[in-house]
Amino acid sequence: MTEPIVLQPDETFVLNVGPQHPATHGVLRVKMTMDGEYIYNAETVIGYIHRMHEKMAENRTYSQYLPNLSRLDYLSAMAYSHGYVLAVEKAAAIEVPERAEYIRAITVELNRISSHLVWFGAFVLDLGGFSPLMYAFDDREQILDLLEGITGSRLTYCYFRFGGIYNDIDEDFIQGTRQFIKRMRKALKMYRKLVTTNIILIKRLKGIAPVSVDMCQRYGATGPVARGSGINYDVRKNEPYSVYSDFDFDVPVFTECDAYARYNVRMEEMEQSLRIIEQGLDKLPDGPVNPEKKPKAIKLPPGDYYSTVEAGRGSFGIRIVSDGDKNPYRLKLRTPTFSNMHLFDEACRGMLIADALAFMGSLDLVIPEMDR
Amino acid sequence: MIIETVTSQLLELFPEYAQATEHVVEIVALEEQPSPEAKKGKKEQLVTRQNGLKNCSYDACGYHLDLQLSTGQLLAATALLFKNGFFLETITGVDWIKEKQLEAVYDFSRYDFDLCRVVVRTRVPRENPAIPTITGIYSGASWHERETHDFFGIKFQGHPHLIPLLLPEDADFHPLLKDFKA
Amino acid sequence: MTLTFLNIFIAVVIAIAFVAANAAYLVWCERKGAGFIQRRPGPTENGLWGLLQPPVDGIKLMTKQLMIPGGVDKIVFIIAPVLAMFPTIISFVTIPFSDQIVAHNMNIGLLMIFVFGSMSAMALLMAGWSSRNKFAMISSVRAVSQAVAYEIPMLVTTITVVMIAGSMDLMEIVHKQGGGFWHWNIWPLQNGLFNVLMPFSFLIFFICSLAETNRAPFDLGEAESELVAGYHTEYSSMGFGLFFMGEYANIVIGACLTTILFLGGWDCPFGLFPGVWWFLLKIYFLIFTFIWIRWTFPRTTIYSLLNLSWKVLIPISLFNLLLTAGLLKVF
Repeated sequence: MTEPIVLQPDETFVLNVGPQHPATHGVLRVKMTMDGEYIYNAETVIGYIHRMHEKMAENRTYSQYLPNLSRLDYLSAMAYSHGYVLAVEKAAAIEVPERAEYIRAITVELNRISSHLVWFGAFVLDLGGFSPLMYAFDDREQILDLLEGITGSRLTYCYFRFGGIYNDIDEDFIQGTRQFIKRMRKALKMYRKLVTTNIILIKRLKGIAPVSVDMCQRYGATGPVARGSGINYDVRKNEPYSVYSDFDFDVPVFTECDAYARYNVRMEEMEQSLRIIEQGLDKLPDGPVNPEKKPKAIKLPPGDYYSTVEAGRGSFGIRIVSDGDKNPYRLKLRTPTFSNMHLFDEACRGMLIADALAFMGSLDLVIPEMDR
Repeated sequence: MIIETVTSQLLELFPEYAQATEHVVEIVALEEQPSPEAKKGKKEQLVTRQNGLKNCSYDACGYHLDLQLSTGQLLAATALLFKNGFFLETITGVDWIKEKQLEAVYDFSRYDFDLCRVVVRTRVPRENPAIPTITGIYSGASWHERETHDFFGIKFQGHPHLIPLLLPEDADFHPLLKDFKA
Repeated sequence: MTLTFLNIFIAVVIAIAFVAANAAYLVWCERKGAGFIQRRPGPTENGLWGLLQPPVDGIKLMTKQLMIPGGVDKIVFIIAPVLAMFPTIISFVTIPFSDQIVAHNMNIGLLMIFVFGSMSAMALLMAGWSSRNKFAMISSVRAVSQAVAYEIPMLVTTITVVMIAGSMDLMEIVHKQGGGFWHWNIWPLQNGLFNVLMPFSFLIFFICSLAETNRAPFDLGEAESELVAGYHTEYSSMGFGLFFMGEYANIVIGACLTTILFLGGWDCPFGLFPGVWWFLLKIYFLIFTFIWIRWTFPRTTIYSLLNLSWKVLIPISLFNLLLTAGLLKVF
């Protein structure tokens, strides 16, 4: 399987994977030139659900743009809102109460776990195992219920405000989260027994779809894709934002560069997120969750601001160019999947189609986030 | 520290910017007619930056080095950053319609804990925006450049496959230009 | 003579009814089993415990339009689903459910089942080829290479059993295993021989029947996350329905054969009340194992599948054949 295959460029056919295909998780199209079951060349075509979020930013105020952020990545919406409010707060020099930052970190990490759970289920589904999806969704449901209780929405949260959050968390949330942590630890143990150590899964993933460090650098891959290639890069550690420097957590890094490494990174990350949530609940300070003087109309001083957070899929960057108006002059969203998916074209050459689709799953794609 | 290393290397490459780092002068380029905010009696001034290397406060704006250069120098600067282990975060454009210029902004960052974010920007006239492609150095720039071409119409010369990425394949409009009307 | 034909005709009708009922309710079982494994209830809406789900699904499938896409090879396209269903029904004619319940026992029954069984690979090839769809084509090529690769170890293991029993008559094979579970072919010790490879033979046969019926983890022909739906991508209505039923009928055949060859057929493990219920118990236990495996394991890839067959299963089964022949000669 790993022997080098000499492909015949004149004996190929084009296989159109997508825009509607079970493995593309949305509307993504890959034009694959195949030599039998081997991929000779692939061209990814994206943009099927492009909504021009960046133009929308230019004709609404900073606050009005808040809900848009959760429409980027519907699986880890919190992290994207977090990135945006942090960027604006930094530029406008708005002080955030510590309690609000802790609650932000807790909810973002909860959301990260729910995002990884969806990935876990969908990825094993890509490999043909259906049951883990149901288990993962069962666990994810607990998170959605918890977050629904405090934010009012289940998927596209708009919980963060400039300078704070929408409302304070209650005792139910804290108790529920503590229970969830217990439950999730047990579940993760089960996943390890049931799925991670499964011989077929290991055979499908080990040594498959190598992504080298060099390729990561050339394509700007971040998040679990980079960490699966042995790059110790996590924005939460490299450029600590919010209150992440208060937490004691590890960044899982695997040096095998293959799909199994990326799989393991995400599984480990869930455990680390649980640790963060636990510490956050323990350390949660009292106090207000919004500044005394709530900023009304936000205007950023003219200039160019860049801010990054670690979203579910990698580093999410946001560049705001302000001309001092109440609307952003230009707002650029740097989404991780965009860069991560780009390396697929180059990396999948010479791969079997089954491996290529496993590779695609290991990149953890969320198409709306890529297309924006 | 990587910031100093990169700064010195960049200045070695572009000695003419050494002056600029010392005294960052933002000069007033031209006066514009009163903006809608003129009611308050303020006169808006357009500030155009000259090419040069700026040390920025990371806490205030989120990056350490801000390098504006001419399009001809872009490739050399990018190659230097690549050699120093930077990865490409993103490429984007800004439409400075009042100056009749388009700006392409390249964000670079690093994987290790030696934190250094570099912004490279270059400005081209709005009528004929053409910038050399950096896909030869950063393969991942391909999609970013295609996206920027979609939104701003900046032509990346030498790009192997400059067709619309996010917009429909027959799109002949550039929605992020300030004079774009849907 | 006429009586024989009449007999066979009635037998075929009963076989069709049995196959159809099984196929329909195995889908229900599969969904309930999947639900049980996945901590959810499965179908509940139609009838008690969703028991009316299969007939409702059947009506739905039958009332849908049979789409024939442009550019397909029409004749082959239409024959393929029929060919997927018909051989399995024929195979049921010779399967002994108990001492008395067998439609038409033949002294070459085993051979007949294999002859008809290998036709289903043909059906997949025809379906995939005629669909004029690249996914279907890749899938049919996979299905054929898989069928070829797994038919060999399956046949070789079967020959081992046939050598031990000295007959290709399924009745005879079961009779030879009578008198308690220690006489079954699955154990190393039978007919006075001590053949340590027999449990492995059983495993090989079971794995092969998984692969032959295109069940997970060997469902590479369908591989819904890779090849959309594989060879039946372009089929709708009962065209798809026949493939679907054929798959489940094949599962029943696989379970029946495994039971007859290795688990003593209708024989009771403790020598008490042998009868059809033991047979049914055994095949449904095997079918449950099929379902269990499907909802637990991810799919393999085509190359590891072929490697498993050519590099592991075939050598072991061949060695077992040699060993058995030697033992038979010596003792």
